[in-house]
Amino acid sequence: MLRPEHELHTRRRGRNGTLGLILGGFVLLVFVVTVVKLSAGQMIEGFDHAYRPALATGQ
Amino acid sequence: MTGIARPDWTAAPGGDAEMRDYFALMKPRVMALVIFTAAVGLLVAPVGVHPVIAFATVLCIAVGAGASGALNMWWDADIDAVMARTARRPVPSGRVSGEEALGLGLGLSLLSVLMLFLFGNALSAGLLAFTIFFYAVVYTMWLKRLTPQNIVIGGAAGAFPPMIGWAVATGGVSVESVLMFGVIFLWTPPHFWALALFMNSDYERAGVPMMTVVAGRRETRRQILVYSVLLAATGIAVAASSIGGPLTAAAAIVLNARLLRDALALRARDETVAGADGYAAEKRFFAFSILYLFAQFLALLADAVLRASDLLAAWPALI
Repeated sequence: MLRPEHELHTRRRGRNGTLGLILGGFVLLVFVVTVVKLSAGQMIEGFDHAYRPALATGQ
Repeated sequence: MTGIARPDWTAAPGGDAEMRDYFALMKPRVMALVIFTAAVGLLVAPVGVHPVIAFATVLCIAVGAGASGALNMWWDADIDAVMARTARRPVPSGRVSGEEALGLGLGLSLLSVLMLFLFGNALSAGLLAFTIFFYAVVYTMWLKRLTPQNIVIGGAAGAFPPMIGWAVATGGVSVESVLMFGVIFLWTPPHFWALALFMNSDYERAGVPMMTVVAGRRETRRQILVYSVLLAATGIAVAASSIGGPLTAAAAIVLNARLLRDALALRARDETVAGADGYAAEKRFFAFSILYLFAQFLALLADAVLRASDLLAAWPALI
């Protein structure tokens, strides 16, 4: 026979679900910001380790 | 240092809190104001910021403000418990333990400063760290229970968000961001003292040395007028700066005229008159002060939109 779920467990599941969403949102935010920063700084590659004039032609 | 013996709220067992209790710890209404003013500070700056970076950095500022709110609720649970306005907060009501509030506050403080450093820059992260420290330690732990000037000095913490937003965009501090800081800093005392005028018994019961408790209501009314005059001058100065414009100027004139008129009216009232109408004028002043700040910053934002659309090329900035 199935035991009816205690109200406490329902509440905890809701809390854990919300926390999961917040953490997922945080990971997504870090990813999107990383993409934006790398897109904005794409010329960094040209002057990172060795200067490559071919990458700087857009300047 | 304080006149009040703090019970050990840290050891109090928390209930099985819901997510909204943890959210309430972060003072969502204060966070809303922080989000708005920080976003305006960032958007009126002369340097454009990518929308994703703007969103991420304002979020960090909001979380930092929320973290300092949680630390405030951890420390102040004893006085919150005896004030009708705050007795239902998560810690004094027992839904969240003091230990949890402390952990959440410290954890989110570190996270928000670190992420602002990564998303924004070192200056904005440093300003946020200082703001959290100022609100949680200087205001909450030290001055709030020590001096009737608590609101004046504590108001600085609430005034930093637009300056942090500006620092995210420009990487610096300038006269414009200092003026935005000044508006919120000078707005805070009249706003909270108007509240204290009709909630005086709460603060008295808690032993918090609010201006109304220590210096009396008559002196509080005079101080409200003094700060309103200083606020009006700063509001006009913002309109005359490079981030001002016709909308900011119009808003500053209308809002400050009413602010000064109402502050003068409050100054002229005594407790007999105020008691007879249930502190109606004081409550109106308090409500108007919220509208004042919102409208002043909204006007700045509107002028920034005009400027970005090349509709505002010839605004004569005097400051």
